Amino acid sequence: MSVPLEHDYIGLSDASRSSDSSSNITSVTETQPNSVLNFKATELSLGLPGFSKNGGPTIMLGAKRGFADVNLDGSGKWALKGGSEAQLGGFEKSQTLTPDVKPAEDKKKGSGSAPPSAKAQVVGWPPIRSFRKNTMAANSSKNADVTEGNLASGGCLFVKVSMDGAPYLRKIDLKIYHNYTELSKALEKMFSCFTLGNGVKGREGLSESNLKDLLHGSECVLTYEDKDGDWMLVGDVPWEMFIDSCKRLRIMKGSEAIGLAPRSMEKCKNKI
Amino acid sequence: MTSSFPEEVLEHVLSFLTSQTDRNAVSLVCKTWYETDRWCRNRIFVGNCYAVNPRILIRRFPDVKSIELKGKPHFADFNLVPEGWGGYVYPWVVELARAYPSLEEIRLKRMVVTDESLEMVAKSFNNFKVLVLSSCEGFSTDGLAAIAANCRNLRVLDLRECEVEDLSGHWLSHFPDSFTSLESLNMACLVSEVSFSALERLVARSPNLKTLKLNRTVPLEKLSTLLKRAPQLVDFGTGAYSAEFRPDVYSSLAGVFSACKNLKSLSGFWDVTPAYLPVINNVCSQLTSLNLSYATTQSPDLTKIVSQCCNLQRLVVLDYIEDTGLNTVSLSCKDLRELVVFPSDPFIGDVDVQLTEHGLVAVSEGCSKLHSILYFCRQMSNSALIQISKNCPNLTCFRLCIIEPRAPDYQTLEPLDTGFGSIVQNCQHLTRLSMSGLLTDRVFEYIGTYAKNLDMLSIAFAGDSDLGLHYVLSGCDRLRKLEIRDCPFGDKALLANASKLERMRSLWMSSCLVSFGACKLLGRKMPGLNVEVIDERENVNSIPEYAPVEKVYIYRTVSGQRFDAPDFVRIMGKDKDAVYNLS
Repeated sequence: MSVPLEHDYIGLSDASRSSDSSSNITSVTETQPNSVLNFKATELSLGLPGFSKNGGPTIMLGAKRGFADVNLDGSGKWALKGGSEAQLGGFEKSQTLTPDVKPAEDKKKGSGSAPPSAKAQVVGWPPIRSFRKNTMAANSSKNADVTEGNLASGGCLFVKVSMDGAPYLRKIDLKIYHNYTELSKALEKMFSCFTLGNGVKGREGLSESNLKDLLHGSECVLTYEDKDGDWMLVGDVPWEMFIDSCKRLRIMKGSEAIGLAPRSMEKCKNKI
Repeated sequence: MTSSFPEEVLEHVLSFLTSQTDRNAVSLVCKTWYETDRWCRNRIFVGNCYAVNPRILIRRFPDVKSIELKGKPHFADFNLVPEGWGGYVYPWVVELARAYPSLEEIRLKRMVVTDESLEMVAKSFNNFKVLVLSSCEGFSTDGLAAIAANCRNLRVLDLRECEVEDLSGHWLSHFPDSFTSLESLNMACLVSEVSFSALERLVARSPNLKTLKLNRTVPLEKLSTLLKRAPQLVDFGTGAYSAEFRPDVYSSLAGVFSACKNLKSLSGFWDVTPAYLPVINNVCSQLTSLNLSYATTQSPDLTKIVSQCCNLQRLVVLDYIEDTGLNTVSLSCKDLRELVVFPSDPFIGDVDVQLTEHGLVAVSEGCSKLHSILYFCRQMSNSALIQISKNCPNLTCFRLCIIEPRAPDYQTLEPLDTGFGSIVQNCQHLTRLSMSGLLTDRVFEYIGTYAKNLDMLSIAFAGDSDLGLHYVLSGCDRLRKLEIRDCPFGDKALLANASKLERMRSLWMSSCLVSFGACKLLGRKMPGLNVEVIDERENVNSIPEYAPVEKVYIYRTVSGQRFDAPDFVRIMGKDKDAVYNLS
């Protein structure tokens, strides 16, 4: 199988900047001074907060007036008295939105069931520094086979992604993607243009047709550094093998990457 | 009275005040005291590098010998702050080089440090002595080589858990033969092998070397050679602590350890071969600090060691020690002040390791001097927390991480409100608290009511409503750092307590319910705050104002907005061209 010197482009649709028909955004403006919950009351005032002796709800003056009208019902939920609903204006919506901010939540409160043996992936939880995570992962992958080692590394695999000419680099978690297409979509969003070298036809959803991106017309190539310290083209090896050996990613100028293709093929041959 | 009180006397008196807080208080007394303080204060601490800028610093303090800077928010340690957010030290180094050629010490935490910055440090300060980089990134071993080659009076090179681009171990060989002033070297986070002979010669010609922390590539068999050269060491970190057992290696190592009469602190022990652990038996009774948190070995091995550490004050260990091992700690280590237990397999639900709340309760019972706890476990109960709070009324730092988010009291299935409430009620000296498990707004009411000395609070997956946040912001008078993730806290509490934010160093909220509109309003109304919305979604420009942001980081500043932020960071509510400056 010969590898073309010119690298093809991924023809992903330019959906990254999609916008809703957002003409009806309610926004809080300066003309609604009361739309913020008693914001005037948060200005520095000379009132001292009062304390009730029985430790119940405090009578709050000055900056805390916003909660003086609070009704505490049994469940601890609170609501404002009187016409303050109308005052909330644009902020009222934040109460009804309740977006799901619990990505790993699948248990009701107080259910107390035993934790599942496969952990749901929550970024940054439990709070352990990368240095320790990486060290422990290296420990366990020595003692266990590869798949267990990956699991022990935390179900997350942060690698740095740099792009030639970009002012800063990014970090991504390879474990949240399942194939090259997902990875390239995500990188496309982060950086404005890039391409994958076409080392494999037909597998992983890459094909001639969607590798070409005439709109971008730029020559960026995605490469990665593997465990041996060699720079390879992304897309040459099966996905599982890739995430197992990828240490960092780099989006190179196409001209620099030309020399990579033959070597990576050789390496593949040696591995097989 | 001031006229009869010579400034030299005042200066002399002030020189005894070393704490930053005291110095700050002193400078507010009157103009004379302010002036005296600014001329003679030469140790500076900047808790947030964006709260001030180099120009303001230099204008106020003309003679600085030592500076400490912190950059990224604490949650950056857990990958919650995207790469490229900021915290660059280079602009600071440029100005410091110009203003303070006799600067001696630089300590940085969570900052981006480039090789260029290190080269500038190496070449700009003739008498440079101390470089401590803690959780920093952005530099390579080339930068270290520049430091080694140029800093003739260097005493301390301390790299704590930094992300270093490790090109080679050759940097160590750049220390010239004439360099003999080294007192402390911590290279534990480096990956590349250094030349052992270069290392040995460096150690041999450093008579003042007190701290040496090796990296993993230094093999166990070579440790005796090094220790023979430095029997005066106080703090030693081994490399990879594994090798085939050989009696000659064992006895040689045991011998050199015994000769280290000043050794008080041990760490390292990666990949440990348990058979080699007992070489340290003879020094165990000397130890005040022991870090076995990379020693992946079973409880009996760990327990045997700690049982001999009768003077131990600080213990860092993996959950492999289990409840039985901690029970031994409670009986043997009566002087223990600080306990840290890390999880060996944090991402797996069921583990064999028998580490529960019982271990922590046992230590709290046996070790009356315990004041700092960081504990990872898989189950907790209110009764255990209440017991701990009664056993350790002098706790200053309590950080509990129950690995499963929102885990309730495993015995009663209730929230852990009363347990943590008991902690804040009984431990009146508590300055730092991290909570986990199932928690309702009630626990925040306790915190707001009782935790009057709390300085830093970390909250995750907790609370029911804005009321929780309101309790904390309105009740905790001394709170300076608040970091929150995945809690249903939103605009109301934030805006109602806006003035509090100016009395704090910073507030971090991610995956909460704070809206764009609120952030904009806060930024507009509060010129003394930077309200940074960190949002990486691709359609972020079209998200409505009432929708919640991904992350917001709010901090007080006298420097106005910053101009080094990437496109996914927006400083809200500020005129893009305005620079707010109190001059």
